Amino acid sequence: MSEKKYAAKITVGMASCGIAAGAREVFNTLKAAVKELPLALDFSGCMGMCYNEPLMEMTMSDGSRYLYCQVTPDKAKEIVNKYMESGKPVSEWLAYAEDRDTADKSFLVQQQRILLKNCGIINPESLQSYLAVDGYAAIKKALRMHPEQVIREIIDSGLRGRGGGGFPTGTKWALARKTLSQDKYLICNADEGDPGAFMDRSVLESNPHALLEGMLIGGYAIGAQQGYVYIRAEYPLAIKRLSLAIAQAREEGYLGRNILGHGFDFDINIREGAGAFVCGEETALIMSIEGKRGMPRIRPPYPAESGLWGEATSINNVETLANVPWIMLNGVASFNQYGTEKSKGTKVFALAGNIARGGLIEVPMGMTINQIVFDIGGGLASGKALKAVQTGGPSGGCIPAKLADTPIDYESLKKIGAIMGSGGLLIMDDTTCMVDVAKFFLNFTQEESCGKCTFCRVGTRRMLEILERITQGEGKEGDLELLEELGQSIIAGSLCGLGQSAPNPVLTTIKYFREEYEAHIYHKLCPAKKCKALIRMEVVEERCKGCGRCSKECPTDAISGEKKQPFTIEQEKCIRCGLCVSACKSNAILIYPGARGEEYNG
Amino acid sequence: MKDDSRKTTLDPSTRSIIDKIVQENNLNKGAGITILQQVQASLGYVSPPMIRRISKLTGITASALYSIATFYAQFRLEPIGKHLVQVCHGTACHLAGAEKITETITMETGAAEGHTSPDGKFTVEKVACLGCCSLGPVMTINETTHIRLTPEAARKLAKSKKKGCKCEKSSHADQQPGVTPDE
Ligand SMILES: Cc1cc2nc3c(=O)[nH]c(=O)nc-3n(C[C@H](O)[C@H](O)[C@H](O)COP(=O)(O)O)c2cc1C
Ligand code: FES
Repeated sequence: MSEKKYAAKITVGMASCGIAAGAREVFNTLKAAVKELPLALDFSGCMGMCYNEPLMEMTMSDGSRYLYCQVTPDKAKEIVNKYMESGKPVSEWLAYAEDRDTADKSFLVQQQRILLKNCGIINPESLQSYLAVDGYAAIKKALRMHPEQVIREIIDSGLRGRGGGGFPTGTKWALARKTLSQDKYLICNADEGDPGAFMDRSVLESNPHALLEGMLIGGYAIGAQQGYVYIRAEYPLAIKRLSLAIAQAREEGYLGRNILGHGFDFDINIREGAGAFVCGEETALIMSIEGKRGMPRIRPPYPAESGLWGEATSINNVETLANVPWIMLNGVASFNQYGTEKSKGTKVFALAGNIARGGLIEVPMGMTINQIVFDIGGGLASGKALKAVQTGGPSGGCIPAKLADTPIDYESLKKIGAIMGSGGLLIMDDTTCMVDVAKFFLNFTQEESCGKCTFCRVGTRRMLEILERITQGEGKEGDLELLEELGQSIIAGSLCGLGQSAPNPVLTTIKYFREEYEAHIYHKLCPAKKCKALIRMEVVEERCKGCGRCSKECPTDAISGEKKQPFTIEQEKCIRCGLCVSACKSNAILIYPGARGEEYNG
Repeated sequence: MKDDSRKTTLDPSTRSIIDKIVQENNLNKGAGITILQQVQASLGYVSPPMIRRISKLTGITASALYSIATFYAQFRLEPIGKHLVQVCHGTACHLAGAEKITETITMETGAAEGHTSPDGKFTVEKVACLGCCSLGPVMTINETTHIRLTPEAARKLAKSKKKGCKCEKSSHADQQPGVTPDE
């Protein structure tokens, strides 16, 4: 950037979520608009406030920051023009400003940002931008320490793996260090297979050098010379920014031979995943890097003893590794002042589903689900009551609203049958059918099972068949017991974490929402009005304006009528796809939980 | 299309693309997946003759390559249509109504899910999470991401692609993934 004096700096959030919401158009408009003005323009990654994207931030010369939300190209121009006229920030569309109360302030002020501290602040494609926030200072510090000392720090910090299992990271490194092995590898697991979780993507797109620095420290600690990032192909922007960061780091001597003159050699390569959930499992991931089908194998030996090409390998998740530089720089005590006794530090959660403020948040471990959903997330988007929160994706469980005072940490979640997983939190209201959710996850794990062990392959298939029957209205007495029994044997008999956790969504929904299953099985009703085979749709005559939109949308021509007269649905033809419901602007199509128009009375 | 994938010989340009990709990657241990990925990225799919060529050049057996290509969801053994539509069926998108979106798109384009439309214009796929979960339902068309979809919006998008709207070319170039604004 030139010597020019800027009155203010504008930053546009341009992670893939922001771009999808229209940030690129905003950026391009601003680029033209600020050309002749004393305003600097840059872009950053994800600021976490996904529900409000596109986001643009204005930083004044005194350092005060103003965050504008849901910015369109026109709004952006107006913000710039008004600022140039008055020299003051515009109050409209402000999501956050230190000096005022905004509607969205509570989303940010209750967070504790360690990992996300620089996400949405720095330019992810600029090494300079990372260096300006103390980037690569942690590896410099680590290189002056003995590797054992580095490991000690990580053990003492209490950092546990953020990829799901929660294994202590320092202990894993110590094991890999101890193993005698010709070569050693450090692998970053950036597969993020858990649907509904996107924190790893966000870190990769917003602060890729932090991950590289974490890998460097880990590589130094265990004595590795080669690192791999195994990243899912569905994240093209993350791959692009990470590749760029690797090239920059090589150029500046942070990767390669004799790093920073300390005699430490370490390089990092990217391996793209090819769309297999099971490859997030560490032994399958290793097989995949070796160029084979990703089939998990029995552990032990653990990768720390025999991993990639049979050599000692440490596999760590993106979030885990990206926490490491902060811990090295700020010290063990500042990290473990946050969190609970056994779950230290902060955790990033992806809020999605029926939540008013969906996005990424980072909070100290131990915050309760209610605090997260209501205080930070602003409650449910529909304004309805909370029904359940799903954590841990296909390996996790559904937590009912009545247990939403549970603190989120590894142990407390396990106690109620859920797991932390990677930190996806899906918020559900009473329009969610729990049987359908269970079926959805089982369908997922059944398709993604590598097929190696019979329990996982055949067992999940059988469970899915039963769930399908139940949602078809063909559930029978004994189905629930059978599901529970099958679930237990799959957990006991499966080889890897996929099978061992696949029944969890079913078991927790049966445990906490048994009456909903029973309504399907015994009364042929779907209380949430989701299961197509059970429900019925009807036009409410008084509400129907006779516009005919519904009949135009209907794929089976089941709806007919005359303009300006109430339309009718021919039940034999109706496939309950619901397209008419979303097409109707007057809310005139009612859905009943039962096929004969019965109501559900709990 | 099927005929195309049954062709037993490769035309020279296809062959040279494959040869170059193999040359660039063959030194890496375990590069089979990477090679298949790059071939698919360049040619749209991997056909039996392509696999045979790769096998011949790398020494990886054709059956090993097939076993990879059939295990990983990413690989396509058939050519794709002009427009690739990927509808996210991750959890958040499922809850937000992804199924309706897929139904609408398959009806509008005539492409069955996982396949290409008879006119060769559309290939429709269900994919797992695209990482924009708080903005669901999400779908990508030729790598441009569309968020907060409704069935009507999805239908409109498909319709505009069918007609080949004028803005298509420029917006496509503009929206390549990872082309962050030029400084
Ligand atoms: C079926 C399955 C899928 C998994 N997917 C992922 C994943 O996408 N990302 C991840 O970091 N860990 C995933 N894991 C956990 C990894 O096996 C491994 O425990 C983790 O990467 C270790 O890193 P951490 O200690 O930093 O958490 C998965 C495990 C299983 C059983
Ligand atoms: S669930 Fe669709 S983007 Fe994640």
